[in-house]
Amino acid sequence: MPLIKDRRVVDDAWTHVAADAAALPAGDIIVPLAVWKSRKEELSARNGGLGLKLEPGEHPGEIVDDLPRFSVIALNFPNFRDGRAYSYARLLRERYGFKGEIRAVGDVGRDQMFFMARCGINAFEVKAGKSIEDALAALSDFSVTYQNAADTPLPFFRR
Amino acid sequence: MYRYNDLDATIVRERVAQFRGQVQRRLTGELSEDEFRPLRLMNGLYLQLHAYMLRVAIPYGLLSSRQLRTLAHIAEKYDRGYGHFTTRQNIQYNWPKLVDVPDILAELADVEMHAIQTSGNCIRNISSDHFAGVIADEIEDPRPYAEIMRQWSTFHPEFSYLPRKFKIAFSGAVNDRAAVAFHDIGFRTVKNDRGEVGFAVYVGGGMGRTPMIGKLVREFVEKKHLLTYTEAIMRVYNEFGRRDHLFKSRIKILVHELGLEEFRRLVEDEWAYTKDSALVLTDAEIARVAAFFTPHLYEKITEPVAAFEQAKAENKAFAAWIAHNTHAHKAPGYRIVSVSLKKTGIAPGDVTDAQMRAIADLADAYSFGEIRATHEQNLVLADVRQADLLELWKKLDGQGLASANIGTLQDIICCPGLDYCSLANARSIPIAMEIAEHFDRMDYLYDLGELKIKMSGCINACGHHHVGHIGILGVDKKGEEFYQITLGGSAADDAAIGQIIGPAFSRDAIIPALERLLGYYVATREEGERFLDTLRRVGIKPFKEHVYATH
Ligand code: HEM
Ligand code: SF4
Repeated sequence: MPLIKDRRVVDDAWTHVAADAAALPAGDIIVPLAVWKSRKEELSARNGGLGLKLEPGEHPGEIVDDLPRFSVIALNFPNFRDGRAYSYARLLRERYGFKGEIRAVGDVGRDQMFFMARCGINAFEVKAGKSIEDALAALSDFSVTYQNAADTPLPFFRR
Repeated sequence: MYRYNDLDATIVRERVAQFRGQVQRRLTGELSEDEFRPLRLMNGLYLQLHAYMLRVAIPYGLLSSRQLRTLAHIAEKYDRGYGHFTTRQNIQYNWPKLVDVPDILAELADVEMHAIQTSGNCIRNISSDHFAGVIADEIEDPRPYAEIMRQWSTFHPEFSYLPRKFKIAFSGAVNDRAAVAFHDIGFRTVKNDRGEVGFAVYVGGGMGRTPMIGKLVREFVEKKHLLTYTEAIMRVYNEFGRRDHLFKSRIKILVHELGLEEFRRLVEDEWAYTKDSALVLTDAEIARVAAFFTPHLYEKITEPVAAFEQAKAENKAFAAWIAHNTHAHKAPGYRIVSVSLKKTGIAPGDVTDAQMRAIADLADAYSFGEIRATHEQNLVLADVRQADLLELWKKLDGQGLASANIGTLQDIICCPGLDYCSLANARSIPIAMEIAEHFDRMDYLYDLGELKIKMSGCINACGHHHVGHIGILGVDKKGEEFYQITLGGSAADDAAIGQIIGPAFSRDAIIPALERLLGYYVATREEGERFLDTLRRVGIKPFKEHVYATH
């Protein structure tokens, strides 16, 4: 599936692992928090990149110590109205210093992506059936901002 | 007043372009109504019973004459020749066509206005005391802080998909005229024991089906921490606010369920992180914004102003208007004028395009070209010389805008109700109009004194019935419109939520019930007591007995 990453359309090398998966696939995988918690050793022993998927309500504060183990944190938006992950993204970047990829998954539409990007999300699994080029363009809907956020350390009045 | 800089102007322009694209995608069918809904809602565009409704933001209720003329022009060109001032200092148009909305927004942008965040689960238009800057009991003008909050909350990347809508109000005075206790966050300007000015912060007030009075979460927040502390509250709410149930998702429910102590602890813990962040306001930024709100250059006038005193003595109608529709101004020789949008026969808050133009002209002639909208659905000309009042009164009267009924029974707040709203149980506007027409003897109204009647067509309480001295709520009884009466609410410093007096009334029975309530008050009151005072002294029970007595 195509992915927007760092403002470019790229091929996605990562595989999502379901919570009830028996065997772990080879290669780069993204696992739900429950899988990480229950299969830490198995996951740490394997080759291939490791990513973690957080649902709303799974606060990244819970896994701060584990963050260095992940190259990707996927934040799920089961429904775009649930905005908890905007805070998670900012905290991951600004408070917990996460430098890897943060990707938005789930109900990810172009009309939310500008805000997501400002919060530190740099990869987007745009929802099926929508033009990925349009989505990419939406990242530039606004050229100016008021607030400090993950993309801009200073609010406009200190810039 | 505040003027846009390049940043403000660019954001509003880019928003118009973005929304134009969204409307385009809707019109071509690329977006379904389901997908378009949240997008239009972010921009104050509701689908009502008969048409779209567009809500335009009036930050803290302040308008220039130029802006009001544009609002008039929009009413004329894109709507049916009128606009409706709301209970949150905004204006609504009831009949715009979807294809026109981007053009309307572009015209608004030309005069530094927008419809951003007038709906949706985001931080809404910031409201404030409509007498800010001109009233004697003010500690400090709250509008610079409301403007700072407006800017920070505009397209906030983290807080635009909150559990529910979020309303913030500021009051800078000793007496609260902004209903801060009924907002998600209410900021009240206070002085601490060291003489420093800051904010007392109330969280979790609101109306709707679970009315609650905001709770004092922090007694003193320094001005420079206005945004850092707000950010902490918002982050706690974004994480913990309930999203499982529409009616439980406002912050008032969170504060209630966690308890004030626990909520406060969470906010303080979060604030510990944000407190020293880049978001601390700089003195330079506060000064930059405050400079837009410096007092007008008032003439030095000594009171009494002879011509004004004489006009009052000679003209009873003028004197009544002065007594009810004007307030003392902090500058000698001036008064604050309320322009009543409560003429009998007109829906509360409705103004025609011609009236808007006339008010804009009067503002230019008599009040430094500024107009304010109030949460009680009236307008204000805040800086009028006493010597000009007679002329102003005559001109307002010529436009049907001088009903001397501010603060009286006729000054009813009322939601759109079943005439427009798909959620309504009952009509509200026609009832408000019937009440105002029935009680139209001014000496009786003046004798009744301050009386706040507020009416909603359903429990969502858009018409603030919970905080009416007398509240009227439309309910549905087996498909028929009925009305429940509540007593004892207040949105002022003595904030209180009204109690239901008993079984609901049919439409025909409301006015007789009001007559009995008021009759009982007049018979029972002590010297100088308002309706609310008598009610509080004797309790709701005798009123109730009197209303439902069958003899
Ligand atoms: C199309 C239907 C509706 C119409 C015409 C309508 C109208 C209004 C108006 C005119 C205001 C003052 C608005 C402002 O300036 O911000 C308002 C505020 C309000 N509305 Fe509505 N509204 C509608 C739907 C709703 C719904 C669906 C709810 C809740 C479920 C609701 C709850 C409220 C509340 C509670 C307030 C003010 C008080 C508060 O926020 O605590 N309204 N509404
Ligand atoms: S109170 Fe109810 S009827 Fe009145 S406008 Fe609000 S939702 Fe509609």
